Amino acid sequence: MTIAVERPQGGRLVDQFEYGLDAPICLTWELTYACNLACVHCLSSSGRRDPRELSTDECKALIDEFERMQVFYVNIGGGEPTVRPDFWELLDYAVAHHVGVKFSTNGFRITPERAERLAATDYVDVQISLDGATAEVNDAVRGQGTYDAALRAMANLRNAGMKDFKLSVVCTRHNIGQLDEFKAIADTYGAQLRLTRLRPSGRGADVWDELHPLPHQQRELYDWLVANGDQVLTGDSFFHLSAYGPADGSGALPGLNLCGAGRVVCLVDPVGDVYACPFAIHDQFLAGNLREDGGFDTIWKTAPLFLDLRSPQTGGACTQCSAYDSCRGGCMAAKFFTGLPLDGPDPECVKGNSETALAGDRERPGSSQDHSHTGTVRNAPVPLTLLRTRPVSACDESPLVSQQ
Amino acid sequence: MPVLPGAAWELSPSVSLRPEPFGALAYDFVTRKLSFLKSPTLVDVVRRLGDAADVEDALLGAGVPAAERDRYVAALGTLAASGIIRERVAA
Amino acid sequence: MTGPETTSPTSPQQAEDVEQEALVEDALVEEISIDGMCGVY
Repeated sequence: MTIAVERPQGGRLVDQFEYGLDAPICLTWELTYACNLACVHCLSSSGRRDPRELSTDECKALIDEFERMQVFYVNIGGGEPTVRPDFWELLDYAVAHHVGVKFSTNGFRITPERAERLAATDYVDVQISLDGATAEVNDAVRGQGTYDAALRAMANLRNAGMKDFKLSVVCTRHNIGQLDEFKAIADTYGAQLRLTRLRPSGRGADVWDELHPLPHQQRELYDWLVANGDQVLTGDSFFHLSAYGPADGSGALPGLNLCGAGRVVCLVDPVGDVYACPFAIHDQFLAGNLREDGGFDTIWKTAPLFLDLRSPQTGGACTQCSAYDSCRGGCMAAKFFTGLPLDGPDPECVKGNSETALAGDRERPGSSQDHSHTGTVRNAPVPLTLLRTRPVSACDESPLVSQQ
Repeated sequence: MPVLPGAAWELSPSVSLRPEPFGALAYDFVTRKLSFLKSPTLVDVVRRLGDAADVEDALLGAGVPAAERDRYVAALGTLAASGIIRERVAA
Repeated sequence: MTGPETTSPTSPQQAEDVEQEALVEDALVEEISIDGMCGVY
């Protein structure tokens, strides 16, 4: 049973947000699970369209709800949202109904004509995904030709006069050394750089061990953000790194430094499922379905999962740590998908408090759904030469190996 | 630009003001600035601005106690500085 | 008896300190970044 909790009067913004809001400030809406790519770390395990996808009319009805609720803006993603034939129609519909849109794209369909149209549309922002400052690093994760496609899209946007669109990078072991280069690329195209955290979500769980930044790289990232942070967005995804700062909290990175799941943000997926967060696509974080549970407003305001997240959370073991006020125990999704307890330290706790748990027995939950491509994909990820490649035959490793 | 009690102000047309239990959130679609208004009374003042003769009128209408007046005017100043409210142009 | 009615503070200096603290800590408006919340792409 959840008891209605008394909200404090005035005070800190963060305290108010922990109790939830009458509507999300912004939310992520995955429009489709279809995607032309097969990025190795895809948080939504996208690739193949789900036949139960919301129809154009259902999407418009959802936008109508966002308008009534005064949702300020929606972050449209997927899969690759532009592969939906009605994408551009829905974009225009949202803007016409006072819902701002930022959409994330791999850039393949941002032609010069589309770029012109976007530059001329108010209240629309574009976010191009790129995970390497060089084709070698990027294409290993995102696929053959994806680096070129992203830069082409950015050139088209710049040439069309689009200002301050976003270049969004997921930080990995292989690109932490390229932060200055990413900034330079963003500057070249008049874009704003956004760095975000790799979570072990979706296909990310399969590559987490090889791709997540090492401890010394987390430190490097934190120092870089402190030095360059006023020009770089992070979507508040590095609040777990704030624990590198002094105990008085003065080293906290800009942002709410708060898990927004179910309180400030949520996810609507392509089939109308509503999850607490796009990094937590799992039955455990499923609040309801638009078609079955009375629509978005009802789910946002009354779903038991959300009411639970809006009640005071037990920080558990973390409350004893001097850094708790700045890191708040880290990311719920990161803990869940690495099989760590939600009331314990983040798998990337900068104080190393999760090392024992990570080394011990743990059960990884795995995805509740998987829309990954099953066959070959034209733009398949290109293995990095830096990674150890498997030998084609035993003889590759040693000429003395006898034939079986 | 300070907000003077005798001046006429209004909510900027590009701003969406959304009531919340603690007060309101105000989002400016043009500047992309998001402001958190921490008091329902302040929200009431802001809502009254457009129709009130002047700021003083809006403060009185919302029932702001005399002792709190300066605090509310300061808050309006913050909102003005970020463009959430703007001076009304005489017709 | 004339004079203004005061509540809890016992001296004018204390009253001013409390008020100053209230103004600093309880600003009625706080600005935040729309791009600064976790759980969005």
